[in-house]
Amino acid sequence: MLQEVSSTQAWRKFSGTDWQNEISVRDFIVSNITPYTGGAEFLATPSRRTLAVWEKLQPYFREEAKKGVLDVDVATPSSLTSHGPGYIDRDNEVIVGLQTDQPFRRAIMPTGGWGMIEGGLKAIGREPDPAVRETFTKYRKTHNAAVFDLYTPEIRECRRSNIITGLPDAYGRGRIIGDYRRVALYGVDRLIAAKKAERAQIDARWPTEEVMRLREEMADQMRALADLKTMAQGYGFDIGKPAANAREAVQWTYFGYLGAIKEMNGAAMSVGRVSSFFDIYIERDLAEKTMTEDDAQELIDQFVIKLRIVRFMRTPEYDALFSGDPYWATECIGGMALDGRTLVTRSSFRMLQTLTNLGPAPEPNMTILWSKRLPEAFKRCCITVSKESSALQFENDDLMLPQFGDDYAIACCVSGMRVGKQMQYFGARVNLAKCLLYAINGGRDEVSGVQVGPAYRPVEGDVLDYDDVMAKFDDMMAWLARTYVHAMNCIHWSHDRYNYERLMMALHDRDIVRTMAFGIAGLSVVADSLSAIKYAKVKPLRGGDGLFTDYETTGEFPVFGNNDPRVDDIAVDLVKRFMDHLRVHATYRGAIHTQSILTITSNVVYGKGTGNTPDGRRKGEPFGPGANPMHGRDSHGWLASCLSVARLPYEHAQDGISYTLSVVPGETRQGEAERISRAVDALDMYFGQGGFHINLNVLSKETLMDAMEHPDKYPQLTIRVSGYAVNFIRLTREQQQDVISRTFFHGEI
Amino acid sequence: MAELQVAATELPEGSRHDLRRDLSPDAPEIEDYSEGEGAFGYMHSYETGSRLDGPGIRITLFLSGCPLRCQYCHNPDTWHLKHGMRVPLELIVTRLGHFAPALRAMKKSGLTLSGGEPLVQPAFSGRIFAAAKALGLHTALDTSGFLGSRATDEYLENVDLVILDIKSWDPDTYRRVTKQDIEPTLRFAERLAAMGKPVWVRYVLVPGLTDDPANVEGVAKFVAPMKNVEWVGVLPFHQLGAFKWKALGLDYELVNTPPAPRALVKRVHAQIRDAGCNVR
Repeated sequence: MLQEVSSTQAWRKFSGTDWQNEISVRDFIVSNITPYTGGAEFLATPSRRTLAVWEKLQPYFREEAKKGVLDVDVATPSSLTSHGPGYIDRDNEVIVGLQTDQPFRRAIMPTGGWGMIEGGLKAIGREPDPAVRETFTKYRKTHNAAVFDLYTPEIRECRRSNIITGLPDAYGRGRIIGDYRRVALYGVDRLIAAKKAERAQIDARWPTEEVMRLREEMADQMRALADLKTMAQGYGFDIGKPAANAREAVQWTYFGYLGAIKEMNGAAMSVGRVSSFFDIYIERDLAEKTMTEDDAQELIDQFVIKLRIVRFMRTPEYDALFSGDPYWATECIGGMALDGRTLVTRSSFRMLQTLTNLGPAPEPNMTILWSKRLPEAFKRCCITVSKESSALQFENDDLMLPQFGDDYAIACCVSGMRVGKQMQYFGARVNLAKCLLYAINGGRDEVSGVQVGPAYRPVEGDVLDYDDVMAKFDDMMAWLARTYVHAMNCIHWSHDRYNYERLMMALHDRDIVRTMAFGIAGLSVVADSLSAIKYAKVKPLRGGDGLFTDYETTGEFPVFGNNDPRVDDIAVDLVKRFMDHLRVHATYRGAIHTQSILTITSNVVYGKGTGNTPDGRRKGEPFGPGANPMHGRDSHGWLASCLSVARLPYEHAQDGISYTLSVVPGETRQGEAERISRAVDALDMYFGQGGFHINLNVLSKETLMDAMEHPDKYPQLTIRVSGYAVNFIRLTREQQQDVISRTFFHGEI
Repeated sequence: MAELQVAATELPEGSRHDLRRDLSPDAPEIEDYSEGEGAFGYMHSYETGSRLDGPGIRITLFLSGCPLRCQYCHNPDTWHLKHGMRVPLELIVTRLGHFAPALRAMKKSGLTLSGGEPLVQPAFSGRIFAAAKALGLHTALDTSGFLGSRATDEYLENVDLVILDIKSWDPDTYRRVTKQDIEPTLRFAERLAAMGKPVWVRYVLVPGLTDDPANVEGVAKFVAPMKNVEWVGVLPFHQLGAFKWKALGLDYELVNTPPAPRALVKRVHAQIRDAGCNVR
């Protein structure tokens, strides 16, 4: 009855029935996938059309590297239908669709917060449109305005003092992945029909606040789907019907994603897990001889071009936290199916091939879901591509599969979630190092002297006592966790109400799992500081005002990053301890508490705002990024370093644990094949030992230093920082220096 | 945490590239240290994750003390026992245990003892090897062979691979390079061959010092019939250790020696291959 002629034609030769009867992309994939265990030899070079489109974009990239932002449409708040169709090179574009009417012309999305718009425009010397300003400051409340109606003075003080930072209270929270594949597989008409049916089921429910909110959201979702159809019509496509071939499947899916990035300036806007989904359509077209390998690669290349030119309006403060203009169009590649087959397909290779065909780039954020059981040839290809591009991150599929099943994807850097069935309330992170200093100083900020935390008793005596400090620290963590959950509830209540992701949520089931994703920064600083207090002698030194502002540390102490349980156990305990403090407090909408150990590039900003620490780190010095050891302290090689990180407990950090490893391309006498074998072995080992994530950089400090001085020579130099890749020359100078000061291991893995 | 009580002093920081000196100024000036029957010994540093010191991925322990004084030595800060830190065997075994599961998970990975010369401390190094084997690790001994007679058959039972540095064939050159005789090394090589013990031969190629074709030829022909020799590795000379010589106030004769050029390396590879060896 739901089946119409169009779907019969579009679904020709596909197997399986469950996915036909209900919305289930996962069932479609496992019923139709063609796993591929061969090598990369079949891949094609870029087509003439691809090169033409790519060429057309180069002046924009060059100009942007100099100017930052090229253009903004200040007068038109963005929506699915706000801008007419836009093209780069109409004759050569195989996949079409731009966020506005022109490439690199950024849109404004004021419902997140007016401040973001005004600040972003001011930074580039542009004025906001008066009518738009009046609308969003007078008639239409924003998410940002609502949050600050709810915040308490204590939360505001925590923000100001940088103990809780980066909260999505002034910008879009992101970290939601619409199941964009549904647009292609089912067509929008079917999705609207399914939503209507889901909505009808709750008509009988008594209108509690919860039920009314859901009804209103679902109405908005259906409206968004209708608008998406209108948007695609502008480009001459009827996406009401399912995609009938590979080109349509890629185009439809991209339209879904495009709709999302037209409406939401989210911190991270992941694509999901699309390449092996596309592969099913490509395989069918190849079998029907309506497509060649060159055509297949062209489709993927052109799709990736679109993902490389996503642009948002952001403020300098935002850029300081998340440097290099990232948007985390994260695409997951590889992984295993529950039935033991691999989800690697030829299109997994085609996706990696874009890094060769178009050169390295930070976006899309290519994420390899690594399992010991992945086909050997694919593993080897990943190692080779990683070495050549430094653009890949690897995450542990063996760890996530039991958690999320076999159709999950990564939001942002390391946040796993079931596609279309789960979302998260993103919550940036707290500064754990500052929390330790608050414990020592009885809740006073070590930089400003302001009483931010509760006025507990500060430490006493000449030398810090480990048990005493730990007890005080634990109390301070309990306070911080409570304040943090409080702030997050305010943020996401407001975001759901004033900046609801109506299209992305339309591409989810009605009843979804929600997590609330907390985070910590400065883990290694704190672990090393506590180790110093425990194993060496730490004398706190008073500055003016009776505040402890410095520490005199004598004696040796073990430091995180050397696989030494004496200090690694402290780090493990910290992760669990803070997580347990978070779990105590009820969350908005019953979200499940999770935690990440991830900083993105905010390790620099956090360090800047944090005083001297007992481990010997000086005031203002950056923290180690993510879960990384402090720069240079992992002094016994990469193996020891990564094993310390692998020990951190994923069950208490299910929003991900980020680790970045930089190795210098070194001498080798074993030859390339042996080099790759050992690297494969090393990754299998790291993940087998419980490692969750690894960013792999293969480059030397000298290259980076040269790039700082001569950026023109390195337009595409890509480097992985914490959870994402970035175009090195687009980092701030400060962040470039931070990257260079990190540990580089000689002797690659 | 009881087993960690011994770890009052942690193993020294750093890698082979870090300069260390006089960590144990009271250590005896001898070249055969077996005090305490190997319950403690002197160690310069350790490094994890190396791919150069044996098959797979290695933990490399650099012991201090060496009877040779090679002109090109890049670790002159390992020559004397006192350069290292006095550490209990138990600590090393405990630390090795922390790495064992990871090493066992990777093919042929394990422990390499290097230095210095591990056979300066035969009891200590022997017990480390025994502990490593008990942990299920692959073991490698990186040695000049000069003290090969100290490696008893029992000692070698716990060694899976010997990385044997044959620094020259011509005895005069050998003496010029190392200030010692070549004979003990050659006898050790023959003994290993008779035992069928897997060996990787190493040859450091220094322009103007060890690059004479006849010299290379001699090593190659000596090694070629030995079925136990899996590889001959040619290490082109580099200047990475020069700063240590300067810092230690030692007279460094190779100041002006250039790194081995590509063409020279190619020629030497060909020579060794033509003699019938696997070369890399």
